Amino acid sequence: MTDLVSTIIAKYNYWIYITLMMIGLYAMIAKNNLIKKIVGMSMFQTAIILFYVSIGVKKGATIPILEYSHGHGHDTQLVVHAADYVNPLPHVLMLTAIVVGVATLGVALALSIRIYDRYNTLEEDEILTQIREEK
Amino acid sequence: MSQQYPALLVVVPLLSAMIISIAGWVNKRWCFPIAVAALGVAACSSVGLLLQVLDQGKVIYLMGGWPPPMGIAYYIDHLNGLVLPVVSIVALLNLIAAKKSIEQQFPDKIGPFYSLYVLMVAGLLGIVATGDAFNLYVLLEIAALTGYGLLAMGEERAPLATLNYLYMGTIGACFYLLGVGYLYIVTGSLNMVDIAGILPDLYQSKAVLAAFIICMVGVWLKMAFFPLHAWLPNAYTYASSAATGLIAPLVTKVMIYVMIRLMLTVFTPAFVFSFLNVSDAIVWLAVIAIVTGGVLALAERDLKKMLAYIIVAEVGYMVGGAWLGNRDGMTGAILHIVNDALMTLCVFLVVGNIVYKVKSYAFENLQGLFRKMPFTMGAFVIGAMSIIGVPPTCGFFSKWYLITGAIAAGHYAFMAALLFSSLVSVVLFFRVFEICFHEPFSDNHGHDHHSEAMDEAPLSMLVPLLIVAATLIVVGLYTGVIVNQIIQFAIPASLV
Amino acid sequence: METIETITSIKPLLAVLISLLVVPILVSSRTPNVREAWTFVAAIAKFLLVISMLPVVLNGAEIVYTVAEVLPGVAIKFRVDAFGMLFALVSSSLWIVTTIYSIGYMRGLKEHSQTRYFCYFALALSATIGVAFSANLLTMYLFYEMLSFATYPLVTHHQDREARSSGRKYLLYIVGTSIAFVLPAMMISYSLAGTLEFSGQGFLAGTSSKEVTILLLVLFLFGFAKAGIMPFHSWLPAAMVAPTPVSALLHAVAVVKVGVFSIVRVLTGVFGTDLLLSLNLGTFIVYLASFTILVGSLIALSQDGLKRRLAFSTIAQLSYIVLGVGLLSPKGITGGVVHIAMHAFGKITLFMCAGAIFVATGKKNISEMVGIGRRMPITMTAFFIASLSIIGLPPCGGFLSKWYLVLGSLEAHQMPILFVLLTSSLLNAAYFMPIVYKAFFCTPQEAMFENTVQEAPLFCVVPLVITAIISIILFFYPQPFFRLADIMVRNITGM
Repeated sequence: MTDLVSTIIAKYNYWIYITLMMIGLYAMIAKNNLIKKIVGMSMFQTAIILFYVSIGVKKGATIPILEYSHGHGHDTQLVVHAADYVNPLPHVLMLTAIVVGVATLGVALALSIRIYDRYNTLEEDEILTQIREEK
Repeated sequence: MSQQYPALLVVVPLLSAMIISIAGWVNKRWCFPIAVAALGVAACSSVGLLLQVLDQGKVIYLMGGWPPPMGIAYYIDHLNGLVLPVVSIVALLNLIAAKKSIEQQFPDKIGPFYSLYVLMVAGLLGIVATGDAFNLYVLLEIAALTGYGLLAMGEERAPLATLNYLYMGTIGACFYLLGVGYLYIVTGSLNMVDIAGILPDLYQSKAVLAAFIICMVGVWLKMAFFPLHAWLPNAYTYASSAATGLIAPLVTKVMIYVMIRLMLTVFTPAFVFSFLNVSDAIVWLAVIAIVTGGVLALAERDLKKMLAYIIVAEVGYMVGGAWLGNRDGMTGAILHIVNDALMTLCVFLVVGNIVYKVKSYAFENLQGLFRKMPFTMGAFVIGAMSIIGVPPTCGFFSKWYLITGAIAAGHYAFMAALLFSSLVSVVLFFRVFEICFHEPFSDNHGHDHHSEAMDEAPLSMLVPLLIVAATLIVVGLYTGVIVNQIIQFAIPASLV
Repeated sequence: METIETITSIKPLLAVLISLLVVPILVSSRTPNVREAWTFVAAIAKFLLVISMLPVVLNGAEIVYTVAEVLPGVAIKFRVDAFGMLFALVSSSLWIVTTIYSIGYMRGLKEHSQTRYFCYFALALSATIGVAFSANLLTMYLFYEMLSFATYPLVTHHQDREARSSGRKYLLYIVGTSIAFVLPAMMISYSLAGTLEFSGQGFLAGTSSKEVTILLLVLFLFGFAKAGIMPFHSWLPAAMVAPTPVSALLHAVAVVKVGVFSIVRVLTGVFGTDLLLSLNLGTFIVYLASFTILVGSLIALSQDGLKRRLAFSTIAQLSYIVLGVGLLSPKGITGGVVHIAMHAFGKITLFMCAGAIFVATGKKNISEMVGIGRRMPITMTAFFIASLSIIGLPPCGGFLSKWYLVLGSLEAHQMPILFVLLTSSLLNAAYFMPIVYKAFFCTPQEAMFENTVQEAPLFCVVPLVITAIISIILFFYPQPFFRLADIMVRNITGM
């Protein structure tokens, strides 16, 4: 039992992202309001961003900026110990992913404006009833 | 110049998309020529690349000169060497055919439409060309976001259908991204070839397994593989014909390509078919996809939705073929990417022509079309023959390989599903032909009393359509060459 | 077995394509006269192309042309051998006759969409010759399907409710069986043998177990539903809604014969007579065919529509051919194969007579034709000659093929078959002779027509007279067909 707890705690970052993801997924499936679904979708995306960010982090590591001073003698160590730095690549990737997420959000909201203009509601069941009545 | 083909392929459409949107403000008439020129360059580069691949085997292009694993590398081998020309040529032909219908449907949005169109093609070409797993995700989203824009410019119900597609598409892409994340954790690389080199020692790892499954689910969502297909029919049906002409033939096919790329290059056939014991279950899913797609298509009373369900069935063909786990099945799946892109384009161009003239695609409004639009309907017949799988159209030959693969794998249910699908297609298409063939006033025994004049679509819509229809037969006759010269080398020798 | 000399020539491809090439001209021609002239030119050109290959084939050589290698070991390929030549000769020569007849019939009834009609007719003929000259199963399947689809607009030509439902039935049977049965059978054969090329002794021998061979045989026999083997026969009577020239050429010659041709080709070129003999499968085929012969003839007796009666007669007669080959004896095969030609000339005459009667009087049913012999003596005389040929009485060609079938069944020691053949001939007589009798010999009170001679248009009468005369000539000079059959038998039995 303690083993299980310690495993869970040791990998808490994964549990957080999975929980967030599931909340997002739930909102997308179960919610009736289109905006709530979009919020769920955004959470889903953010959870994955969190996951990426957390895998780059190391205990006791610093930001990956090389610090060596100019002109302070020749004994400056230029050897980079990768273990001392946070892995920057996942973070950089996530910059792109955030942009993608924002773009998706924008398109989704634009679409919901169009839908609202047409049906005067954002509740999915009401829209579907309207469509059925039109037939 | 010829060394820069992989860059031209993506960069030219990407930049042109921006130029088009600027040009659209100045003068709308500039948009179309720029778009055609951009896709023309892309098409030429992709054909040039295919020739290079045939000549020297493999083309590696380092974006910005940065070597992998730091930079992004574009790998062109026989697999994407084959798919690239298909994507670019299909996009170009549909663009030319779509000009008139765009002008008819949204005269005030010409600039944005062409801009999105070209951007989407850039995304699709990039997906196919790239050798970097994360770059693939970005391009996937570029293609998807532009696709949402294009699809939403349609009928009244289009925005809602597109929004549903957007939810599913985003989940799919996120799953793929998550899978890539796991791969990155275990291998520390994003370069596909690099990952493939590191993975074999890690096949026992659960993270690799998780990565593979999550990636696959994501890709299946995006390709509308049963039971994840629910978004597709509505999204495609309510969109404009110019948009479906691009998206219906290409998006699902490009996603199949991604799946095959993951199966063959990133993971190896040894891992996919031996370590994982799921191929049988997936082929069964494909069987259900094919049967359900066919049955649901039967229930539809309008042409576009019927064709959309046929796409769902066709996706089943390719997924099933790829997962049969033998060479013939894989050959069939790859060949079917090419053939299905062409025949789907053919039938959707037909729908475009019909909508342009008749303003409807419901069955009851199609009467007498054989007389009114003989060339369009002639092309429709060829496209339908190809989907049914009648030789010498190309659809027969990919079906042939798929069935041979099914027999070799002993998977007779898949073979039966393919045959069932052919039979259903006969019913589907001849039901349409019957309506189009018979005149509205068919109940009185006719003697020379209908003199309704021919009313064909404009030449700029007709010529691309007839080219595609002819290509269906030509590709069919050249199946031997395509398989022996290209596809054979696209499949690793370890897959027998 | 001696090797067969092969000559590479593009002629078979041309023979197939020539009627396709003429389609654009037909579509664009302004007047009916130009259109019909071009159809006629195409028909003659096709016939001449086929004839020009005849001497080579009669010398025992074969003409080969490969279009494209589409699958490993399988190409779209033509090969003109004796059997294919026989069938091509029959169908291409009858196309000329039918073209003349079509002109008369379609104009006589002022049918609509005549351009479409002639185009699809040309297309159907391309497919027929394609089947005849196919070198392998794939090419044959290609043209077989092409024929199915090309004939659909012809069957549903009238575009009314009846045509629509008949068209559905037609496609369901023809295309349904070919996709559900022939296609898988072909794929299984390919995966077993790695080839689909027809050869003298078949390619399945030694590659498949007994069970698989039986399965394939059943799939092929029922899959080629154009041959009308029961229970997949009922498309044929339904297809009789088509204009009569279509029924005449397609449903008496091209379509149905393509069906039996394919079956015979598969029995000899895929299975091989030795394999069938060693598994004793010939008996199965023979009894299946006998059943169709007897039941078909019996149903024909009860039909009042003249075309429907002819249709059931066709169903029965087609099985003669299958039966002949199923006997697996040289004489039986000869008889069956020659019956393709003999039956074609006889049956097309009968159909053209039915059409001529319809054009001249508008009558479709036998019960309305009492005394018609006095009104249309030439037509009914031709009808009489042709029914003699179908029944198998001298002096008509049909006698010879039936004679060989009898010899064949003796050779194969199948006594029950002798009985089947005899009964069937009696039944044939029973359903044809009353028509002829009533047409000529009826009391003036019974006669339904006035006593003046009034034939159908000349374009309708001439062709049926020609084919009736040919039926008689074939009794005295059957050599070309028998020589071709001999060469074929020699090839497949290796003697």
